[in-house]
Amino acid sequence: MEPFTSHTGVGVPLRRSNVDTDQIIPAVYLKRVTRTGFEDGLFAAWRADENFILNQGPFRGGSVLVAGPDFGTGSSREHAVWALMDYGFRVVISSRFADIFRGNAGKQGLVAAQCEQSDIELLWKLLENEPGTEVTVDLAAKTVRAKDFSAPFQIDDYTRWRLLEGLDDIGLTLRNVDAIGEFETGRATWLPTTNPVAAG
Amino acid sequence: MGRTLAEKVWDAHLVRKGDGAEPDLIYIDLHLVHEVTSPQAFDGLRLAGRKLRRPDLTIATEDHNVPTVDVELPIADPVSRTQVETLRRNCAEFGVRLHPMGDAEQGIVHVVGPQLGLTQPGMTVVCGDSHTSTHGAFGSIAFGIGTSEVEHVMATQTLPLKPFKTMAINVNGTLRPGVTSKDVILAVIAKIGTGGGQGYILEYRGEAIEAMSMEARMTVCNMSIEAGARAGMIAPDDTTFDYIEGRPHAPKGADWDAAVEYWRSLRTDDDATFDTEVDIDADTLTPFVTWGTNPGQGLPLGASVPDPADIGDENAKVAAEKALAYMGLEPGTPLRDIHVDTVFLGSCTNGRIEDLRAAAAVLQGRKVASDVRMLVVPGSMRVRAQAESEGLDKVFTEAGAEWRSAGCSMCLGMNPDQLKPGERSASTSNRNFEGRQGKGGRTHLVSPLVAAATAVRGTLSSPADLD
Repeated sequence: MEPFTSHTGVGVPLRRSNVDTDQIIPAVYLKRVTRTGFEDGLFAAWRADENFILNQGPFRGGSVLVAGPDFGTGSSREHAVWALMDYGFRVVISSRFADIFRGNAGKQGLVAAQCEQSDIELLWKLLENEPGTEVTVDLAAKTVRAKDFSAPFQIDDYTRWRLLEGLDDIGLTLRNVDAIGEFETGRATWLPTTNPVAAG
Repeated sequence: MGRTLAEKVWDAHLVRKGDGAEPDLIYIDLHLVHEVTSPQAFDGLRLAGRKLRRPDLTIATEDHNVPTVDVELPIADPVSRTQVETLRRNCAEFGVRLHPMGDAEQGIVHVVGPQLGLTQPGMTVVCGDSHTSTHGAFGSIAFGIGTSEVEHVMATQTLPLKPFKTMAINVNGTLRPGVTSKDVILAVIAKIGTGGGQGYILEYRGEAIEAMSMEARMTVCNMSIEAGARAGMIAPDDTTFDYIEGRPHAPKGADWDAAVEYWRSLRTDDDATFDTEVDIDADTLTPFVTWGTNPGQGLPLGASVPDPADIGDENAKVAAEKALAYMGLEPGTPLRDIHVDTVFLGSCTNGRIEDLRAAAAVLQGRKVASDVRMLVVPGSMRVRAQAESEGLDKVFTEAGAEWRSAGCSMCLGMNPDQLKPGERSASTSNRNFEGRQGKGGRTHLVSPLVAAATAVRGTLSSPADLD
C-alpha cells in the first residue's frame, strides 16, 4: 500500500444519505475472479442516468467523494471499496460511515474521512457552484481544504497511523518478517509439507 | 496454572505476542485453498508484487463449483468454469499443488487434507471456508477465514489474531447403537444455540468422544461453526495416531516417534479451567433431525414439529413461525411423518468412507422408495475408489441411488446439484438455511443412518423403523 499523507483531487458532491453497498456495486458485478476492474460496476444503476453527478463534466475525473450520512451500509462486500478505488477515488467524506465499510476501506487504503454534516453542506455548495474544484485531504493534519473552505475530520488513530505509514495489514505483519523467519527455523522437522511424496 | 489444549496449541504458534490492544501474530502450518475464495487473494499478491511465502504449506483442490456427473466434460456454467480455470492458472503461477477435477486425490478440501495425512495434532490449519473446523478433530486449531485473510496467509504464513475464549463440551456416557456423532453435534447445537459458541474454541471431551473414530470426530468438529464457534477441537489419542500412521504425509521412522511424543502432551491439564463448560448426556441421546431453517432448530426423531405458541422467548417464537412457513410444516406433525423428495448423502460433514459404509449397511438388500431420489456423493475421489473396492457403489446403485463423483454437491446451491423450489430433502450436510440447497429447497439435517432409512421409507426414519 502507498503511504497516504495528503491527497488533492476533484471533489464530487453526492447529495444522498444511506448510500448502501448494493448501490455502490450491485451483486451482479461480484462474480469476477479478479480484485481489479470493478470500476464499471460503481454506482452502476445511477450511472445509467445521464444526469447522475459522475456523468457531469469535470466530476467524471473526481477522486474525493463527498456524500451524505450513513455511507456504506448493508452487505459487507469488500467489492464496494474495490469499485470506488478502481474508479479513482482516494477519499470518501461523510458525516457517518457503516462500521464494516469503514473497516474494509482501512484495509484497502481508501480514506474514510468523517466530517460534521454542517461542513459537508458547505462543501457541497462550493463544489456545485464551482464544478471541478479541487479538495485537499490532509491526513497528517486531519483537515479538509478547498479554496477558502477548511474543516477538521475524524479517523481512528490506528487506521490513520497505518495509512500514513502505507501499511496494509499484510505490510504491518511483514514488519515482523525476521520474527516469522526465526519462528520457521524453530519448527519441528516432522511437520508436514505439501510437497508431493512418493506413493507407498 | 494449567493450560487447555487450545492454549497449548496457540502458545506453540506465537510468532509475536501483541502489546496491549495489539493482536498476537500466529503462525499457520497448513493453508487449504479452493476455487471460490482464493481468486482475489492471488490477485492481491500480484498487485502488490508479493510472493506466496510458503507454497510448500499450501494445497488446493476444486470442490465447491464442480459437477458430480460428467466430470470429464468442461463445466457447463461459464462462471463456475472461470473460477475453476482461474484457480488452475493461479496455482501454476504461484507453485501451489492442486488436485483438479479428474485427479485421484481431488475432493472436498476438508476430506482431502486429513486423508493425505496433512492434518496432524497441534497444527494451525486455515482455509477460506467456515468448515475448516473439521480439522480440529486431530487436536489442531483450525478455522475459516475471509478473502483478505487468505491473502494475508499467502503473503506471510501468519495471521494477526486475538486469543479466543475456551469452552468445554463434555459428552459423558456411551452412545446407544444407531446414535452417531452427527446426532451428538446436532444435539449440542440445539442445546447451546447457533450463537452459543461465538468467540470460543470448543473442546469436545468425555467418554463418548473418546470412543469415537476419527471420522466421527471430524463430523462433530465440522459443525462447530454451526454453533457460532470459531473452532472445535478434540485432544489427540491413540485413535488419532492410528489414523495418521502410514498416510502419505505422516512422519516416518524417528520423526514419527518424536511427533507422537509431542502429540501426547496435547491434552488439557487437569488444573486448567475453561471459560465455560457444557454437559451432554450421551446415554439419553437418540437420532436427531432438524425441523427448521437453522441447525439449532433440531429435535429427536421421535418428537413432533414444535408449536411456536409454546415457545416463550419472543425472538425464538418468531423464528420458529418463519421457519415452519418456509418449511411447509404444521405444528404437532410427528417428524417421522415428514415425507422427503430427495436424500443427500455426502459433504465435508458426512462424505467419508465410514459414512458410506453405515448407509450402505442399511440399504443392503433394500430399495430406495420409488418417489425418492437419493444422491450418494463421496467426499473425495479416494473415498469413491475405496467404496468401489468394497462394493458399496453396487449396494447404492442396486438400491436405486445415484453414485456420483466427489464434490460439495448438494450441500450448497453453487453447482448443478440443487433442490427445486418446494422440494424437501433429508441431508447429511451441515446447513438447513433457506435456499441453501437451491432456491426454495427445504432441508432436514440428518445422520447417514437416518438418511439411508429415510430413503427406504420415504419419510424421516431411523434404521430401527425398517424392521
